[in-house]
Amino acid sequence: MNTATEHQAQVDHDRRVKGRIHSFESFGTVDGPGIRFVLFMQGCALRCKFCHNPDTWDMTTGKVMTVDEVIAEIEPYIPYYKASGGGVTFSGGEPSLQAPFLAALGRELKRRHQLHIAMDSSGFCEPAHLRSTSLLEVVDLILLDLKMIDEQKHMELTTQSNDRILRMAQFVNDYGTRLWIRHVVIPEVTTDPTDVERLAVEIQKLSTVERLELLPYHEMGKFKWKQLGLRYELEHMKPPTNEQLAAVQNQLQARLDIPVII
Amino acid sequence: MSTVQSVKAAYRQFKQGVWNESIDVRDFIIQNMTSYTGDESFLAPATPATNKLWEHISRLSREERERGGVWDVDTTTPSTITAHGPGYIDKELEKIVGVQTDAPFKRSVQPFGGIKMVVDACKAYGYDIPQELIDTFTEIRKTHNQGVFDAYTPEMRLARKTGIITGLPDAYGRGRIIGDYRRVALYGVDRLIEAKLADKALTDHAPMSDDVIREREEHSEQIRSLQELKAMAASYGYDISRPAENAQEAIQWLYFAYLGAVKEQNGAAMSIGRISSFLDIYIERDLAEGTMTEEQAQELMDHFVMKLRIVKFLRTPDYNELFSGDPTWVTESIAGVALDGTPMVTKSSFRILHTLYTLGPSPEPNLTVLWSNQLPEAFKKYCAKVSIETSSIQYENDDLMRPIYGDDYGIACCVSAMRIGKQMQFFGARANLAKALLYAINGGVDEKMNVKVYPHDLPAVTDEVLDYDKVMANYEQVMEWLSGLYINTLNVIHYMHDKYCYERLEFALHDREILRTMACGIAGLSVVADSLSAIKYAKVYPIRNEQGIAIDFRIEGDYPQYGNNDQRVDDIAIALVERFMKMLKQHKTYRNSIATQSVLTITSNVVYGKKTGSTPDGRKAGEPFAPGANPMHGRDRKGALASLTSVAKLPYEHALDGISNTFSIVGKALGKDSDTQRQNLTALLDTYMGQKAHHLNVNVFDRETLKDAMEHPELYPQLTVRVSGYAVNFIKLTKEQQLEVISRTFHGAL
Repeated sequence: MNTATEHQAQVDHDRRVKGRIHSFESFGTVDGPGIRFVLFMQGCALRCKFCHNPDTWDMTTGKVMTVDEVIAEIEPYIPYYKASGGGVTFSGGEPSLQAPFLAALGRELKRRHQLHIAMDSSGFCEPAHLRSTSLLEVVDLILLDLKMIDEQKHMELTTQSNDRILRMAQFVNDYGTRLWIRHVVIPEVTTDPTDVERLAVEIQKLSTVERLELLPYHEMGKFKWKQLGLRYELEHMKPPTNEQLAAVQNQLQARLDIPVII
Repeated sequence: MSTVQSVKAAYRQFKQGVWNESIDVRDFIIQNMTSYTGDESFLAPATPATNKLWEHISRLSREERERGGVWDVDTTTPSTITAHGPGYIDKELEKIVGVQTDAPFKRSVQPFGGIKMVVDACKAYGYDIPQELIDTFTEIRKTHNQGVFDAYTPEMRLARKTGIITGLPDAYGRGRIIGDYRRVALYGVDRLIEAKLADKALTDHAPMSDDVIREREEHSEQIRSLQELKAMAASYGYDISRPAENAQEAIQWLYFAYLGAVKEQNGAAMSIGRISSFLDIYIERDLAEGTMTEEQAQELMDHFVMKLRIVKFLRTPDYNELFSGDPTWVTESIAGVALDGTPMVTKSSFRILHTLYTLGPSPEPNLTVLWSNQLPEAFKKYCAKVSIETSSIQYENDDLMRPIYGDDYGIACCVSAMRIGKQMQFFGARANLAKALLYAINGGVDEKMNVKVYPHDLPAVTDEVLDYDKVMANYEQVMEWLSGLYINTLNVIHYMHDKYCYERLEFALHDREILRTMACGIAGLSVVADSLSAIKYAKVYPIRNEQGIAIDFRIEGDYPQYGNNDQRVDDIAIALVERFMKMLKQHKTYRNSIATQSVLTITSNVVYGKKTGSTPDGRKAGEPFAPGANPMHGRDRKGALASLTSVAKLPYEHALDGISNTFSIVGKALGKDSDTQRQNLTALLDTYMGQKAHHLNVNVFDRETLKDAMEHPELYPQLTVRVSGYAVNFIKLTKEQQLEVISRTFHGAL
């Protein structure tokens, strides 16, 4: 087969790949630069206590869509994304669980529209898996959640060890992918200065990090837990005050030479 | 000084051109404007005098509110250009002087449009009009209102009563005429009178037909008004017979001209034109000559804008229901691009927007940015900043309008573009297309009043499930009839307005040859589009009363809704706009005006909804329509961009009087930090306008703020909300309207 035919075969294949989609937002402005199409993928292996999208956990539900179908939802608004320096963000759920689909979608978005692609990930993904799907080839920016560096506390908070997450962080960093780190600020749970300090140290190991975004914990996902018949353990938890946020921000900014943004 | 000397002094440093030979303000601007591409860092803060004056006005505003909406009324003096002596806020501090009566906030009576409205308005606020004045304007001097009702047909009266045509300017001033107030500053009044005398002489030997006689009388009225304007300015100690010689005079002269217009005309919209970049030429010259500082330049702008903010008319509560919040639509058109590609952004484009900080947010003047992708980036970013922080700006697509109107047009009222001094419109309010659809279903019988309004035979649609083709066939007939009745009604109104309530000063500031449009409008576009879509794609079962009138509808199944970028229903909306426009064009119009239409409701979407029964889209009887061309509240579920894209599809060439879209977004939904928010809003405007959309009102706030303002109005004296082509002070809206604004789709609301 010559290269052109191979290429065509790849394109034909990509367009038909299917993924499980939870939902999408055509006007996303907080998940990466500019105005973005945010694709929420179905399925996640973590069970974070503070998750505001528990309805994306289940890996067997969601709407099954082809790459072509997803792109048809994006295409009408591409001028908005381009004019604002935005693009498409793969979010979820945990998008890397559907890496082959997103790699195909990403290739097709790049081929047709040269769009900027970001991935909002918990990092809970084996580096080997990422490598085999070539997803990183189409992702320009990863918004990586680092929730807690202490392994024991991480397990309590998310039901999983953070070992894989930290390995994945190092892997994409070595690959050269730009990173924005995100960290959820939950009063008492993630505001301990010792934990904050360890976060700073971990981030310093990653040379491709461009910024750190602090996400104040909010209660807006609470109702979804009830709808799903789940018990919300953080019932008593309140969003952080401005002072609590500022304390975390100041501590991190003092250690890091990248912008720490709320 | 001789005239020649004073003209020479006034025009020093200016580049000469066609404007020296004939009245041509546009040429003056093109020859002399200094386009500015920098940012806002040069701006100066308010001076102590400005702060003091604004405190005074804020106090009067508070007192006005406490007195139930009107501070005082002069009930005995019908307002004309010269009827009232000079009035001041604080004579020592004001750099720009002049108010409508002999005191700020004191409203005048303007009975030439109709005495009944004046009496009702006074009564509503606890004032009595002297019987003598009522007699004068009933028995001796006929008014516009009386003239209209003398000529109205029974059919017109019925259409008005049922509300299939509503908001007609038959009892109040029509407005939406922009005098070229800049001419007074540039030429002085004497030169303008000279030109008008020359125009009049052109018909000295013409055969005296109706048209010629009318024109001659109008010219005489115009000249008389200019003379009165000089007298009014003289009462403030200014001689405006000569051209303005510096920036202070230019602003003062221009303001006197505008003030003369609002002293005499209680027009629905009294827009001011496109003035900031014109005035900038004078400011730049003074700055270059070292006779003025930036602080002083801003102070002049502030004192001028302050005056524009306190223009007041005496209006009835009825009127207030239609056009809520005491609006005057002192619309000022900012920026845009010249035909040669030069951005018409000047430092004064920034200065006038900056008044939203020096004086705080405000609905008036109605600051309208003529948006072009070619505007300098720094200006775009500044606009975005001001929108995000004050919600006080609207945007209209210069790239769409410039090819039609050139580069010296302005916006009258909300979205009506017209060449300044060369074009005017006969304001026509709007026809209720949603009610017309109910007539189509109910055999021409009004669903609320149970009377047959459609005068011809029309079988009611009696099927159990509404059939799209049958409904459309009937609808076509009803719209055809409605378009004719509508134009005829407007013909009557504007004939009488010209006769009994002629805007002599505003027309004195127009050319002899004027392009006139008959500015019709439609209400209920999204209701009809969704209704037809429901009939076509779902099953709609009418629920009929004993008389067989469909008073409600049951919908089975889903149907595509306008505002979600779904071509199936968006095409219905597009077709409606085109179809009704084609119908309007078939009818003979007064003074050979060109029929146009708008998709704009102002705040009347609430009243229209009140007067319209349940509709097949699922909207219940009495519920508000969406404003303007907006999708129905909450039905645009696919996000902001889908909503914008649907509206952008409506064809401007079939709605040349404007297509209004009001967009409300939560600040945080534009981005995390203020830089990102500005960048995203700028991109959003660039792209939306790039989709050939016409207009966008931008509101950036959240529902909670509005709810709090409803409960504690005293804490929000300046909370400004863009509604439909204009802005209002939120706390001045009626409760119903406040609730309607709150129920609108807020994009990004979590």
